[in-house]
Amino acid sequence: MKKNESYEEFVKGIWRDNPVFVQVLGMCPMLAVTNSAINAIAMGMASMFVLVGSSFLVSVFRHVIPKQVRISCFIIIIATFVTIADYTLLALVPKVHKELGAFIPLIVANCLILGRQEAFASRYPTRLAVMDALGMAGGFMLALFSLGAVREILGDGALFGFRLFGESFEPWIVMILPPGGFLTLGVILLFFNWFKYKKDEFLADVAEAERSGS
Amino acid sequence: MTADARKQAAAPSSLRLVMTLAIAGLVSGIAIIGIYESTLPTITANKARELREAVFKVLPGVSDMQALVYREGRIVAVPKPQKDEPVVYGGYDERGDFVGYAMPGAGPGFQDTIALLYGYLPSRQQVVGMEILESRETPGLGDKIYKDADFVAEFSALSVEPEIVAVKKGTSTQPNHVDAITGATISAKAVVRIINETHVAWAEQLPAPGTEPPFAGEPADNGTGQ
Repeated sequence: MKKNESYEEFVKGIWRDNPVFVQVLGMCPMLAVTNSAINAIAMGMASMFVLVGSSFLVSVFRHVIPKQVRISCFIIIIATFVTIADYTLLALVPKVHKELGAFIPLIVANCLILGRQEAFASRYPTRLAVMDALGMAGGFMLALFSLGAVREILGDGALFGFRLFGESFEPWIVMILPPGGFLTLGVILLFFNWFKYKKDEFLADVAEAERSGS
Repeated sequence: MTADARKQAAAPSSLRLVMTLAIAGLVSGIAIIGIYESTLPTITANKARELREAVFKVLPGVSDMQALVYREGRIVAVPKPQKDEPVVYGGYDERGDFVGYAMPGAGPGFQDTIALLYGYLPSRQQVVGMEILESRETPGLGDKIYKDADFVAEFSALSVEPEIVAVKKGTSTQPNHVDAITGATISAKAVVRIINETHVAWAEQLPAPGTEPPFAGEPADNGTGQ
């Protein structure tokens, strides 16, 4: 029972309540850094570190933080984790840090992270809060990666820097420029909404059949 | 007890609010200082290594380098240049003989500042290598200034007197001509302009060929373990 509960919190972020495709949060890094798969993964990892760390701390101290100053406290916690992520990336992978540029410090302004603290971590026990953070960050990374992979394959003819097509491939440059981000995201959101519509239709049909059958 | 009074009793005192934020800020500050101090040596070492690699790349045959600055009317070697002081890097071969300068330059590109480093041989008045250190040029177009090997190769034996000229691709005839990149003319011309401007800025300050400052530091470990 308990196990199912945390599993449920984990899975909902990946699929049913995916922060990007369903809640449409975190659009700024989503569109800005997904011009290659490796950038998307690095951004996803940094966000995951910040989200899981902040959710853990916020949940542990949820009875200590007075609700009048909770948002300020969340921001202090988030900003600290972002700074740690920033310097760690700069020291360990300077090339990736250079590519991501200002978007690492801007994780602090990602409403997905503050949103999870306010909506979930500050109300639920630590174990659930961490599972929720892992799920949401996983869903965010999945979304970043699917956008980054599509844009890199079409716009550069490569994935993680490995060339996929022969010399004759003409890169579709617009895909790695900002418009490509909007186009790809639009198509993916279209798919998600179509899928949801079809599922609802299917469930309605099943309910209808059951009613007429009984 | 009325509902209002109960609410009053539940509200924490201002002191508690202030203390909560103060403690959070203090802990956060300590954490940030900790991470800054612990990553600083790696970050500085990375930057120094990147610069060294770039200098060796733009000056073929160089195995040592030192920073050179212009002070009191002449070029002198300094172990550590001051902040914001214009600096060039002298490249020296295995015997410690002067080879050429690696000159950092920066200027506006198509989107943002382009920072680059080029190798310059004063004896031949030639640019012998160019490396882009920083740029935010358009992916797929402007970024060819460092991704297009043909364009980078244009700077491997380029005369700077008279000044470098970027010409339409395929029409380069003179030793001071550079083939521009189709679709990225502005970025390509920016690179040429930055090199020309840097060259002019230093031309008066660099000593006559043959009188460059000798190598002052210890010979670098050349990997033989001696």
